[in-house]
Amino acid sequence: MLDVLIALMPAACCAVYFFGLKAVWLMATCVGATVATEAVCRLLMRREMSILDFSAALTGLLLAFNLPPDIPLWMAATGAVFAITVAKQVFGGLGYNPFNPALAGRAFMLISFTGPMTTWTKSTWIGYFDPEGVQAVTTATPLGLIKQGAFADWNVFGFVRDLFVGNVNGCLGEVSALALLVGAAYLLWRKVITWHIPVSFIATVAIYAAFKGCGAPPLVHVLSGGVVLGAFFMATDYVTSPITPLGKLIFGAGCGVFTMLIRTADPANGGYPEGVSFSILVMNAFTPLINRWTRPRPFAKLQAKS
Amino acid sequence: MKTVKSPFQFPGGVHPRYNKDLTEEKPIVDLPLPTTLAISMGQHLGAPAKCLVKPGDHVGLGQLIGEKSGFISANVHASASGTVKAVEKRPGPTGNLADAVILETDQDQTDTSAFMPPLDWEKASREELLARVEAAGICGMGGAGFPTSVKLNPPPDKHCEYLILNGAECEPYLTADCRMMMEHADRIRRGVETMRRILGGPAVRIAIENNKPAAIAAMEKAFADASGDVEIVVLPTLYPQGSEKHQIYATVGRVVPDGALPIAVGCVVENVGTAAAIADAVDSGMPLVRRVTTVSGDGIVEPKNVRAPVGTSYADLAAFCGGERGNVRKVISGGPMMGFTVPSLAIATTKTTSGLLFLTDASVFQYSSNPCIGCGRCLRACPMGLDPSAISCAVEAGDVADAEARGVMNCIECGACSFGCPAYRSITHFCRRAKISIRARLAAEKAKAAKKG
Repeated sequence: MLDVLIALMPAACCAVYFFGLKAVWLMATCVGATVATEAVCRLLMRREMSILDFSAALTGLLLAFNLPPDIPLWMAATGAVFAITVAKQVFGGLGYNPFNPALAGRAFMLISFTGPMTTWTKSTWIGYFDPEGVQAVTTATPLGLIKQGAFADWNVFGFVRDLFVGNVNGCLGEVSALALLVGAAYLLWRKVITWHIPVSFIATVAIYAAFKGCGAPPLVHVLSGGVVLGAFFMATDYVTSPITPLGKLIFGAGCGVFTMLIRTADPANGGYPEGVSFSILVMNAFTPLINRWTRPRPFAKLQAKS
Repeated sequence: MKTVKSPFQFPGGVHPRYNKDLTEEKPIVDLPLPTTLAISMGQHLGAPAKCLVKPGDHVGLGQLIGEKSGFISANVHASASGTVKAVEKRPGPTGNLADAVILETDQDQTDTSAFMPPLDWEKASREELLARVEAAGICGMGGAGFPTSVKLNPPPDKHCEYLILNGAECEPYLTADCRMMMEHADRIRRGVETMRRILGGPAVRIAIENNKPAAIAAMEKAFADASGDVEIVVLPTLYPQGSEKHQIYATVGRVVPDGALPIAVGCVVENVGTAAAIADAVDSGMPLVRRVTTVSGDGIVEPKNVRAPVGTSYADLAAFCGGERGNVRKVISGGPMMGFTVPSLAIATTKTTSGLLFLTDASVFQYSSNPCIGCGRCLRACPMGLDPSAISCAVEAGDVADAEARGVMNCIECGACSFGCPAYRSITHFCRRAKISIRARLAAEKAKAAKKG
């Protein structure tokens, strides 16, 4: 878990760089609330203290990464308390939770505080994505614009560059794909995660966007919203993702399909612009089943070689 | 004869710290004869031997004191001349109780009249040689202790195509086999030729991990003029390379089916120490009464490769190696991956004691088992292609049937799963528990069926 926290540091620095001090407050609130909630839960349950495994701190940081920078801090704290109590400790703590706690916290907040959860402030830079050229206090995210069908006029190259370095609107930790990829490389190098889930997730999103024509080129879909953060840091959560290599590929592909289904759902029916968190939560529910489908091949069933 | 790289690689495996440098440069030394020995009747796999002596008897070096009591069983001989003080139940390294002959040894150990007459392996018949292996009480010296005469006498419908000599020694710390190959290559060669004769001239594959260049060189020299199909197969250093099934796959690319013995795919695997013991039994008529044990670890003053009579107490071995040092937290009989933690130094060595490790605070990490977080490291490490995570969770939840459905009976208890577990789960132990309860159930069903019909 400590390795994952280390891997998230580049993205955390980017968040502070783009959104300023409020990013620090938001991350501190979420991490403080999750760790405190974890401690209280363990005390009430009379179980071994578990805050030093850093899983609660990680949940807090990931939750903060999935929130808009201007969300009121009390709402963030509420989400953090929900994530730890309802999504994790009622099941018995780390190892027993069926759903990713940070994403469950975010889903809870998205439904409870829909307005603040979908209000975005401009980051400190001015990017290519502002088609009206209006210096408004609040703007849409790239995915919000895609959903409105407003993508066509933009300078794609500049936009992709902005998406890559993080000069766009969005949740705290998901804006800079570059910073996330640096952290992801660290996780792969340390063998904390394997390539299966991120590759199948991102490839599925790209292929879906290429063949279905989802309002923007595949690269824009991959770099927008939470795909990079979700694919490398959330979908790869050990507890809530399958254990076998084949299972991981299925899981990643499922995440990709659900993400794109939600992104391309008709906005008139209230479809959210972004579907990464819900898609991972849905696939979390399939994890036990996928594990059952994809048992490893026993040594005795190996093909003889001579 | 040629040397080749292992052509096939099994999936899984781990890289523990080997710590072989503590003893790999130390020549084998003989232990001065202890004053008392405790020779167990249950040193091998299968039925314990039937004790032939009683308190007060005098026995000679190499005299038969325990007779094999079934098809899968082995003779036991006196590892020194002396007087029987008692015959009593004693716990072995695994904690299982077995009859043990407590012997007070004589000063003079030069009389070898109790040995069997020497045989010439080139002239003796196949039957004579096989009978000698059986009479000498030889069993696999790599760890499991399967009676060698049973392995060397396959059923008539099975033919041995490959004799695989196991010199992998993949357990950390242990160097006994490595030193045997370096110092006694000629004896190993004679043992191999004897086994070849018994098995009707199979091809020979000598499997050695690539972290033992000196042993590879010694074996290359000893087998330089070997006739027929003989290859030294250099294996990559990877635990558990010495496992029978994985060694067969690594050397000849064959896969032993579930629940079958290696002979099902035309292979017989023997340890290098076993080969040397066979050479002794044939050349000089000496039964298996001594073996080399690596005494090592950071908790022993002077780590050594010691040749000691079977039945030497661990305390005598420790004293010979300068005694304990530091805060010794764990004493392991065998290697650290598959060996057994022993509760007392009063336990005595057997024909299968390959190592005795004294580990201090610095090497022993105590922890409690946490819930599985599903990281999948055990799954990647398991050389048997099992899902140790799911099996351990099933056993933890009391669902042995699910563990059985997931193939827990194929577990070789190598410990690769527990080795890398970030939640410190004692996964191998869960597997052992499941196997024990499944075996008990199968035995009860068998007994019930026998009663009925």
